[in-house]
Amino acid sequence: MNRILKKTQLSDDVFQLRVAAPLIAAERKPGQFVILQLDSDFGERIPLTIADADAEEGSITLIFQVVGKTTHRLADLHEGDCIVNLLGPLGQPTHIAKFGTVVAVGGGIGVAPLYPITRALRQAGNRIIIIMGARTQRLLILEREMRALADEFILCTDDGSCGRKALVTEPLKELCARVPKPDLVVAIGPPVMMKFCAETTRPFGVPIVVSLNTIMVDGTGMCGGCRVTVGGATRFVCVDGPEFDGHQVDFDNMMQRLSAYKKLEDHAHDQCHLEQEIKRQQEAAS
Amino acid sequence: MSHPTPQQLADQARAALERIGPGCPALKPKERLAIPPQPMPAQDPQSRRRNLREVALGYTPEQARLEALRCWQCKNAACVAGCPVCINIPGFIQAIVEGDFQRSVDIIKEVSLLPAVCGRVCPQEGQCQLTCTVGKALKDVNQAVSIGRLERFVADWEREQGRVQVPPVKPATGRKVAVVGSGPAGITVAADVRREGHAVTIFEAFHKPGGVMVYGIPEFRLPKAIVQKEVETLEQMGVKIHLNFVVGRTRKLLDQLEQDGFDAMFIGVGAGLPKFMNIPGENLVGVFSANEYLTRANLMRAYDFERADTPIFRSTRVAVLGGGNVAMDAARMAVRLGAQEVHLVYRRTEVEMPARVEEVAHAKEEGVIFHILQNAKRILGDAAGRVTGMECLRYELGAPDASGRRRPVEIPGSEFVMDVDTVICAIGNEANPLLRQTTAGLVHNKWGNIVTDENQKTSLDGVYAGGDIVLGAATVILAMGQGRVAAAAINQRLAAQDRPKVPPLEGAENPEISI
Ligand SMILES: Cc1cc2nc3c(=O)[nH]c(=O)nc-3n(C[C@H](O)[C@H](O)[C@H](O)COP(=O)(O)OP(=O)(O)OC[C@H]3O[C@@H](n4cnc5c(N)ncnc54)[C@H](O)[C@@H]3O)c2cc1C
Ligand code: SF4
Ligand code: FES
Repeated sequence: MNRILKKTQLSDDVFQLRVAAPLIAAERKPGQFVILQLDSDFGERIPLTIADADAEEGSITLIFQVVGKTTHRLADLHEGDCIVNLLGPLGQPTHIAKFGTVVAVGGGIGVAPLYPITRALRQAGNRIIIIMGARTQRLLILEREMRALADEFILCTDDGSCGRKALVTEPLKELCARVPKPDLVVAIGPPVMMKFCAETTRPFGVPIVVSLNTIMVDGTGMCGGCRVTVGGATRFVCVDGPEFDGHQVDFDNMMQRLSAYKKLEDHAHDQCHLEQEIKRQQEAAS
Repeated sequence: MSHPTPQQLADQARAALERIGPGCPALKPKERLAIPPQPMPAQDPQSRRRNLREVALGYTPEQARLEALRCWQCKNAACVAGCPVCINIPGFIQAIVEGDFQRSVDIIKEVSLLPAVCGRVCPQEGQCQLTCTVGKALKDVNQAVSIGRLERFVADWEREQGRVQVPPVKPATGRKVAVVGSGPAGITVAADVRREGHAVTIFEAFHKPGGVMVYGIPEFRLPKAIVQKEVETLEQMGVKIHLNFVVGRTRKLLDQLEQDGFDAMFIGVGAGLPKFMNIPGENLVGVFSANEYLTRANLMRAYDFERADTPIFRSTRVAVLGGGNVAMDAARMAVRLGAQEVHLVYRRTEVEMPARVEEVAHAKEEGVIFHILQNAKRILGDAAGRVTGMECLRYELGAPDASGRRRPVEIPGSEFVMDVDTVICAIGNEANPLLRQTTAGLVHNKWGNIVTDENQKTSLDGVYAGGDIVLGAATVILAMGQGRVAAAAINQRLAAQDRPKVPPLEGAENPEISI
């Protein structure tokens, strides 16, 4: 069960696995995710978005970045190995419709979940503008695949190693200022990126959908560990999401909750670093 | 009062038995009343605060016999009327007196499938022991015959002696039944339906079977090995268990019924949606549902700091909101995970606490601090979004409400702040909406619980339901009881269908292949 059919390294610490999972492959829709666990007794359960699926072959594609213990161990698995526990597809599928012009913003590993959504939006007849961002060129993933979906493609890196030297919010702002403005923005990436994308679109009144990746345990609505505040109300990301109206999400609370188990100092350090970097670059841009 | 050691209790029981003499003495009711009620031997409160092992250690054979001798063998057996599944209580107790433990457990198993579990977790003082004549005669329900402890004793005896038999299974009928959820309701249906020779597959969302018995109720109250043993017996009967399968997501219930060849389905998905208080600060870091806290600790084994990958919040001062078993479990787990102070905050008084009396007593012995007639008003946090305290309100008992219970009313201006870094919400669970949202035509009530008839049949043909998803958060015994009723109805339905069906090929029951 859940045998790894193919393993590909996409960048330094990003891997792609094609995994045999016929039931999940048959049911899954863009925007949904799985929960996996590598050891039934002591392993943790982590959510990963389904980047792609092949119902005929009965396989799903997972893309993940090595960030913690479980992703580390996952990266150590080989073709032919099995993922002991794989549960899915979970969450609400993306609402796919013809909106008009859609801007898809992907940051870092967020491009993986964004890819199937963008493809479905394209198939639904939308004009697609893609903004892809990463800290540096080495960390870009799925660039070729994303380019193939785009009517317009904008690449940004924080360090300017390829594309524009900018944060994704910069071209996003320009696009929102265009007439006519985009009909929808879909942004998936690190929480800070989504937060600032939401702030960028807000003054223009451009709707934005974000996909949240919170801490989860069961993924079926049983524990509430994944909860976030959306429009002042509590919502469960695993069953009500993972996608929400970006203008309604309380990102600060979400980011705090994400760091619940980090040591306080690490957490403070991360937070300051990212926030400062965003602020610095935004100031530099304006 | 010092904590009696198991050895002391065993010695006292032996001495008392010697005075009464061997065999089945014909004791008068008065003499029976004079036999001291047997306390449950338990781990010392100080040492158990730091381990996960079971607290209640179980009767010795002498204690069991002595306690059994307290029973009057009443003709009208008031205890049976109090038992949700009508176990022949005087019958199994008499077998203990006679030393025939096997017959005793067999009598229980005529109606109850999970005696080792129910003997441990049933709220006996509100059921069989509430109505017990001995308790009435002594004017104290806590002095009733300890029916639950005796039930546990014989069930443990059978298991520890390696005498648990795999129930016989009739020849294959070629019919297939799906059971959704592997809690007590699902386990019961699986066993009873499988016995009739039907193929049974359990679909379970989690990576381990057992439902609340493995993810919710902690090891120190219900050792996982006991649940594991029940599951093994099911597997030996030929029940297939498909883990990591959420019905409604991995596959829709109606697709399973219409396309995957299941002749009937049972929904036993429990009440897995934690309620929160809807007060400010509820999403701060350090606020958990009891479900999350306990799942991390139990199922994910986060208590094993060395080996488990799943983290759990390391707290210093914890507030637990609620007064049920879930609240007691969360509070006692927090003690074991190293919290310095654990406060249990409950809106009513101790009399109204739905928790088992034994759990309340154990929690107190372990140092949980009880705050009755208080409730949380909001949770306070710092700049990093972490809990720093909880503002509470005091309550007093007002006029009785429609149910006759005096309603707690808040005392205006009684706000005060409790200094805590963790808040655990154990105020109840509601029906998880996943299945009803993905199953057209499945009728539910306004609380989201699935509506069934007296045979546990739902609005959909061939689909039955029972346990917490029907009852709302209830008990193991009621879930099991409904499972029994549903299984009988399913068996009857399948027997009545004369459509011949070729028994499936070897392996074809495996959903991996047949779906
Ligand atoms: C912490 C705690 C302590 C308790 N203490 C006691 C006690 O002392 N005494 C007592 O009598 N009762 C107690 N209870 C209540 C008791 O555990 C429940 O009433 C009982 O377990 C209900 O059984 P069930 O079979 O209906 O559901 P559950 O035991 O809840 O099992 C349901 C199972 O279905 C699975 N599931 C859910 N949705 C799906 C799906 N869509 N597809 C597949 N699988 C699914 C779940 O993962 C779960 O394993 C306690 C409950 C809790 C939470
Ligand atoms: S009511 Fe009490 S004393 Fe009477 S038969 Fe039942 S357990 Fe025994
Ligand atoms: S992960 Fe448990 S409710 Fe969402």
